[in-house]
Parts: sequence; structure tokens; C-alpha cells
Amino acid sequence: MRWLRKHILAIIAIAVLVYLFIPIAVIMVLSFNNPAGKFNLSWNEFSTDAWTGLCDVPGVCSSFVQSIEIGLIATIIATVLGTMISFALVRYRFRGRSTTNLLIFLPMATPEVVMGASLLALFLNMKFPLGILTITVAHIMFIISFVVVTVKARLQGMDPRLEEAARDLYADSRAVFRYVTFPLVLPGILGAALLGFSLSFDDFIISYFNAGTLVTFPIFIWGAAQRGIPVQVNALATLVFLIALAIVLGGQFFQFRRRKSLDRPAPLVAAEKVDAFSRS
Amino acid sequence: MAVVMPQATTTKPATVAQRKSSTGYLLLFPGIAWLGVFFAIPLVTLFATSLQTPIEGKTGKYQPGFDVGNYADAISQYWPQFLRSFLYAGTATVLALVIAYPLAYFIAFRAGKWRSLMLVLVVAPSFASFLLRTYAWKTILADDGPITSTLNTLHLLPDGRLLNTWVAVVAGLTYNFLPFMILPLYAALEKIDPRLVEAASDLYASPATAFRKITWPLSMPGVVAGTLLTFIPAAGDYINASLLGSPKNRMIGNAIQNNFIEFRDYPMASALSFILMAIILVLVFTYIRRAGTEDLV
Repeated sequence: MRWLRKHILAIIAIAVLVYLFIPIAVIMVLSFNNPAGKFNLSWNEFSTDAWTGLCDVPGVCSSFVQSIEIGLIATIIATVLGTMISFALVRYRFRGRSTTNLLIFLPMATPEVVMGASLLALFLNMKFPLGILTITVAHIMFIISFVVVTVKARLQGMDPRLEEAARDLYADSRAVFRYVTFPLVLPGILGAALLGFSLSFDDFIISYFNAGTLVTFPIFIWGAAQRGIPVQVNALATLVFLIALAIVLGGQFFQFRRRKSLDRPAPLVAAEKVDAFSRS
Repeated sequence: MAVVMPQATTTKPATVAQRKSSTGYLLLFPGIAWLGVFFAIPLVTLFATSLQTPIEGKTGKYQPGFDVGNYADAISQYWPQFLRSFLYAGTATVLALVIAYPLAYFIAFRAGKWRSLMLVLVVAPSFASFLLRTYAWKTILADDGPITSTLNTLHLLPDGRLLNTWVAVVAGLTYNFLPFMILPLYAALEKIDPRLVEAASDLYASPATAFRKITWPLSMPGVVAGTLLTFIPAAGDYINASLLGSPKNRMIGNAIQNNFIEFRDYPMASALSFILMAIILVLVFTYIRRAGTEDLV
């Protein structure tokens, strides 16, 4: 009883973590299923067909590639724009700061359905054709805020003495940026890019509103949910999950080693997908 | 919003002196312009669309107008969906707070060297598709699944099932937005100086009293931020209602999507979106009045 009282918090914490992973386990297990009917909802028999023929079902791989394309373009543009804003916010004084803060914050606090609907209203009123361009524009819009939050935190957590030391050693401002500031901020920028890509790759609601006839991976899953999601989708989702986890854990390990050498606490690169914040 | 991004930093470094030059504006301009054109202006368009009137004889075509009646129709036709959205999202938010607090507390004060790993584990489930994770709850809550049969043996389910009821929708919302609650809570708890709690117990406060008088009030920023970040996306979500609920559990997001994409009733869909947005803005500005904008981003 005393043991229980001492460890009750740890037990609850671990239970909550396990709870977070139950659906992941379901997705993974069902990727090895050979479903009895068209719906892959309950276990029938073991099969590796989905893993050996990832692209056997039409639409699965093409939508997957489509999402990766959109994710890459949107992430690169949003990361550049968001990083520039973060530098301005932390390093420069300017007028209209609270309006700027509000404009960055509001997209994270707006329900996706409202953002999707309002963008669609804009595109419809302008008679702009829906497709890859409108989806990418929309993704960049909602990723920027998350990039700003991530990079800004990294910039603010940086030790100003490192830059001062470089200046004391007669580095000009360009050299300071290139050899000190940028390498130190880079993990934050990479973390932001990873977060941005995962937000874009997983976005359904905003994409669905602005897709026209284009099919991204989440849109494919949504359509398939009515008539049975192919097992291959589970296999691909498992693959994406494992790759992302490996990248984040690898980044943590790398930072851990760097931190030892720099002897300064570094911000956690990974914890930023909130919902992402998926915002999700 | 600092709350979004918990950091392992414990020391607050001195801030760099901010420069005043035109470079600041140049850095800001492209990104802010993007947000202005593709976030702020669409909201204005949305508002204009919500006041449009139908063109006689042409379905799906509308002309500019000032038809406030769309709002009256939106509320009178869809008040049950609004009510459900806020009830479901509210319930899910309270549940998420209860589930998240012990975990966030543990990571902040007891996890030691496991802290970073546990934070990664909190975020990791989001790397698997949102739609598939929601769909997985169909399997977990299935009628012949272990949870439903256990509850049925105990005669706890009035309908005899979980799937396609409001319980499943709330369960899905709670699960999906839980990280949005855990991370801000952690960020707030992590800032609390443990010596304050020690001081309380030195002064003979019981652990419960110390929690009530010290930890809980100091974690309030995290509670407020986590509540907003869970409640807002949950209120606008329609994926959980579509996949896990029955037609009787549809939320306002379903109504917006249907009106926009299936019925092409753009003014109605815009009015619904705008009402949702207005309610949420009231919540956000109440928060800003308490915390200021610098804390948001």
C-alpha cells in the first residue's frame, strides 16, 4: 500500500502514455491483417501482402506521393518565411508588434474548418481554380505560425554571450551570423521544418476544402473510409510513423551530445507537433 | 505561444538588445503579407459571403448583398449542432485536463533524465495519420470489442454500445487533442520553482494543501492555454463526429462542410463559420486580456 502511494503518479503517467499509443498499436497490427470483408476493422488472419505490395491498390501511392510533394514545397517556403519573422521578432524593434503577434497567433487558434471555408470563399469569389496551387498556398499559411513559434523559442534560448564573444574576436556581423548564430539556430529551424512537414502531410480539413479534384493521402483515406480503407494505408502510416520517430529520436540524441559539449540546455526539437497542435 | 513549445531550458538567458532598423520590416514583410492575404483577407471574404443573397432561379449562385437573415437561419436551423459542438468539446476538454495533468506533472517534476524521451512519446502518436488514429477507435470501441463487452457485462451502457454514440465522439476528441493539453501544462509546471513547494511543506502544509495553494495556481497559465488549445480544435472538428458518431451526433463542422461542399449553400456555410469564429475570438480575447499578446507566440 505504501509502495502504491509512492508510485501512484508514475503509474498514472505511464498509463496515460500507453493510452496515447493504443491506436498506434491498432494501426500497426492491422497492417499485417488479411481482413475478412472490405473493412479492415477486426483481426482475421496474418498476412504480409500489404507490406510486400505497398502500391498494389490504385490511388494509395499516387496520393501518398502527392502529399509528400505538397509537404516539401509548403515546408520549404513556410520555413523560410517563418524563420525571417522569428529573427525580426527577437532581434529587431518595430511598430505594430502586438498586431503582428496576433496575426501569427490567430491561425493556430482558428478551427481548421473556418480557415478552410474562408480560403475557399476567397478562391471561389476570385474564380481561382482549385488544385495543387491552392492547397500549397493554404498549407504555407497555416504552417508559418508554427515555424515562428519553434524558431523564436530557439533564438530566445540562445546564449547571447556566444555572439558577443565572436564580435570581441573581430568577427563582422556577417561572420557572426554565418559561423555562430545560424549554426546555433539551425536545430530549431530543422525542428520547425519537420513539424511543418508533418502538419502539412497530415492535414485533412483545410486540404479537403481547397483540393478541387486533387487527392492527397488524407483525402484518399477519407474517401476510402466509407468503402473500406486498404491495408496498404495502414502499412504506409506505420512506415511514416517509424521514420518520423527515428528522425526525432536521432535529433534528440544529436542534441544531447551537442549539449554536453556546449554545456547549455537546448530546446526540445520534437515536442512541437501539437497539433499539432494537428492543430490538427 | 510559448506554451506550445515546452523547452528543457531552466535558466533564462539575458536577452539580446533589439536593433531598430529597416531590416526588421524587410524580414517581417513576406511572411506577414502571406498571412494577411491568405488568412486575414479570407476572413473578410467569408464575412462578405455570409451576407450574400441567392440569385433567383440559379442554385449555387449568389450575389453580394446584406442579408443578415442568413445568420438567423444559421442559428435556428443549426443550433443543435452548435450546442453539441460546445458540449462535446467542453466534455473532451475537461477529460483531457484530468488525464493530462498527472502526466504533465510527472514529466515536469519526477521524470529526471527521462523527461525529453517522455515529451517525445507525448508527441509521437501525432506522427501517425490523424484520420487513421481516429479510425482505429472504431476497432477499439467496436461492439464485440473488449471495452464494450466489459461495460455491457457490468450493465453500464444504456444503449448497449459505444460506437456511433456521443460517448465515442467525445472519446475520440479527448484522445486526439490530448497532446495540446499536455504540452502547455508541462510548460507551465516546468517553470515552477520546486523550492516553493518545499517551503510550503516546511511550514507544515500537507501535500494536498501545498498543491492547492502553490502548484495549481502557478500552473494556471498552462491550464488556460491547454484548455483553449484543446477546446478550439475540438469544437471545430468534424472528423470524430463523422467516423465515430451517428447522424444524431453531428457537430457544427459537419454542417459547415456539408453546406459548403455538398449543398453549395455558401452564404449559410459562411454564416456558420463566422458564428463559430466569433465565439472562439471572444474566448481568445478574454485570454489575451489576462495574459497579453507577447505570451501568445
